[in-house]
Amino acid sequence: MSAPIATIERPTVAVWKFASCDGCQLSLLSAEDELLAIAGEIHIAYFLEATREVSDGPYDISIVEGSITTPHDAERIRHVRAISDTLITIGACATAGGIQALRNFAEVEEYRSLVYARPDQIAALADSTAIAEHVPVDLELRGCPIETSQLVEVISALLAGRAPVTPTHSVCVECKLAGRVCVAVADGVPCLGPVTQAGCGARCPAFSRGCYGCFGPMETPNTTSMADHLADQLGLSHDEVAHLFRTFNADAPAFRSEARRRERAATATTEG
Amino acid sequence: MELDAPVLLSVDDLDTLIATLRTDGYRVIGPTVRDGAIVHAELTGVGDLPRGWTDEQGPGSYRLHRRDDDALFGYAVGPSSPRRELLPPRHRLWTAVSDGDVGFRVREEEHVPAKLALLGVRGCELAAIAVQDRVFLHGLYEDQVYTANRQDLLLVAVECGTPSGSCFCASMGTGPGIDGGADLTLTELFDPHRFLTRAGSTRGQELLAQLDHTGAGAADQDERTHRMDAAAEQMGRHLDTTDLHDLLLGNLEHPRWDDVAERCLACTNCTLVCPTCFCTTMEDTTSLTGDEAYRDRRWDSCFALGFSHTGPGSVRSSTRARYRQWCTHKLATWIDQFGTSGCVGCGRCITWCPVGIDITEEVAAIRATDGRRAARTGASP
Repeated sequence: MSAPIATIERPTVAVWKFASCDGCQLSLLSAEDELLAIAGEIHIAYFLEATREVSDGPYDISIVEGSITTPHDAERIRHVRAISDTLITIGACATAGGIQALRNFAEVEEYRSLVYARPDQIAALADSTAIAEHVPVDLELRGCPIETSQLVEVISALLAGRAPVTPTHSVCVECKLAGRVCVAVADGVPCLGPVTQAGCGARCPAFSRGCYGCFGPMETPNTTSMADHLADQLGLSHDEVAHLFRTFNADAPAFRSEARRRERAATATTEG
Repeated sequence: MELDAPVLLSVDDLDTLIATLRTDGYRVIGPTVRDGAIVHAELTGVGDLPRGWTDEQGPGSYRLHRRDDDALFGYAVGPSSPRRELLPPRHRLWTAVSDGDVGFRVREEEHVPAKLALLGVRGCELAAIAVQDRVFLHGLYEDQVYTANRQDLLLVAVECGTPSGSCFCASMGTGPGIDGGADLTLTELFDPHRFLTRAGSTRGQELLAQLDHTGAGAADQDERTHRMDAAAEQMGRHLDTTDLHDLLLGNLEHPRWDDVAERCLACTNCTLVCPTCFCTTMEDTTSLTGDEAYRDRRWDSCFALGFSHTGPGSVRSSTRARYRQWCTHKLATWIDQFGTSGCVGCGRCITWCPVGIDITEEVAAIRATDGRRAARTGASP
């Protein structure tokens, strides 16, 4: 363990990509108002989306985007962990396996033969998994993509040597603080806000849309009660409820188990 | 407190009242239609009020419908409450500015007294303001933010003629009629459309003196009595408050708490729409450069895991513990703490619960299988 980051003049930061769309790491570049200040406070040592200039590790902070989907990446993340003091994972891919974790519920062999001309050249793991399933992670930022302001907050907190303000309560808190009318209660819109972690500022409900859970499960997600309500009160079918939970955080445990439960119920209904 | 005889105001007079308040420098906050609900917003005139609208409310459900008249106040309470104006959801308390190696200076926020008028406030909301006054004005400490918003607050209340399916103010003794607590109290009457108006303070009297009102007769008073009696009959919910304090505190291990915990999402909605809930948390942040540090205060909820976080972790880690804490505090220990119930019967927690948990139903279920009675008679609890 090296010196606390808050005591380092300009800590070095590396940004790593695994299986992902790059959207989360681009959030750092989207922090237009703070970008110059960030560049002044940290030394970007490895960030291929931003600069070809690469400094060798070890690094004080590694920001990791993407999930682990290949044997090669499973090795590479261990190397990244080994040369990083603090490791932060960003986005639904890195924290829950991402949208590509839908393959965890199917046969990857079948996909491989359908998608690639030379499937024998593809080395893919059966599952897409979160970084924390492979190496210890110091801090996770949720979202698809992450919220830029949360990334800036985490960097500010690391530099100051304090805990970041990244609450794990529901999205509903953000709707209520902002004075938004609940789309679920006032409009009957299926909304995963009550079981989803805050951080986005309740973006979708702000546009009268239901939350689709891209920040993954909140601290104590009662997905079964939520799913019962969607089915019994809003009239969604078991398959429709399963689909709601099976998107960007499909493999997050609380969402995964609820989707499974609904799938089984749908099968039972069909067979019954 | 009622001063002078009641008078009659027309719809135009009400418009003049709003204009007068605005001319006097008041920000007039009242009901208006937005995003499929009746919410509180700044009003510029009677035209902003939800004319001809009503609301249909029940557990986990809220819908707006047209009325067959031009009523301006023909609905119950919406998701927002006076609490939002008196203690805003998020506000900065202070900023610390670095002086380099010397240290730092703390710059406290100035809490400038607000000139705020709340129009359309219901009986349950007046009661809620009185409850929060005990917490923020008359407790151990006086809250500066609340005081700044409260000290010059002007209240134009409206008696409730259209309670919703979630309402139970009659059970809690806070409505639908109003006996004091506001500068002006209006009762909306029809054919012709008019407002029976009573002043409850010298400020209210002064305001009335500026308006071109007419005197109210016995028939107007009778119509008001009739409407309030009818409203009390229309309560969608009922809460039996007999022995409520001891009932709840004598049933802390009742199986109903497990039952409700299976349904409760711990999403915090009930507490954040409640007009008397007052809990906040502090958020300490710093600027990127580390030159400034900030302390902000924001609404918190006893349903959030972090709310009861202490050294070893959250004291109330289960949803059962959190629901029980909220319910018993609101209806029982609040009385020990502040000498009044924390519930005013507005029904917001019932309507805005995403899965429709109904506090009156939970209490009724516990009363129906009172564990104390079982213990007394020797039956298994």
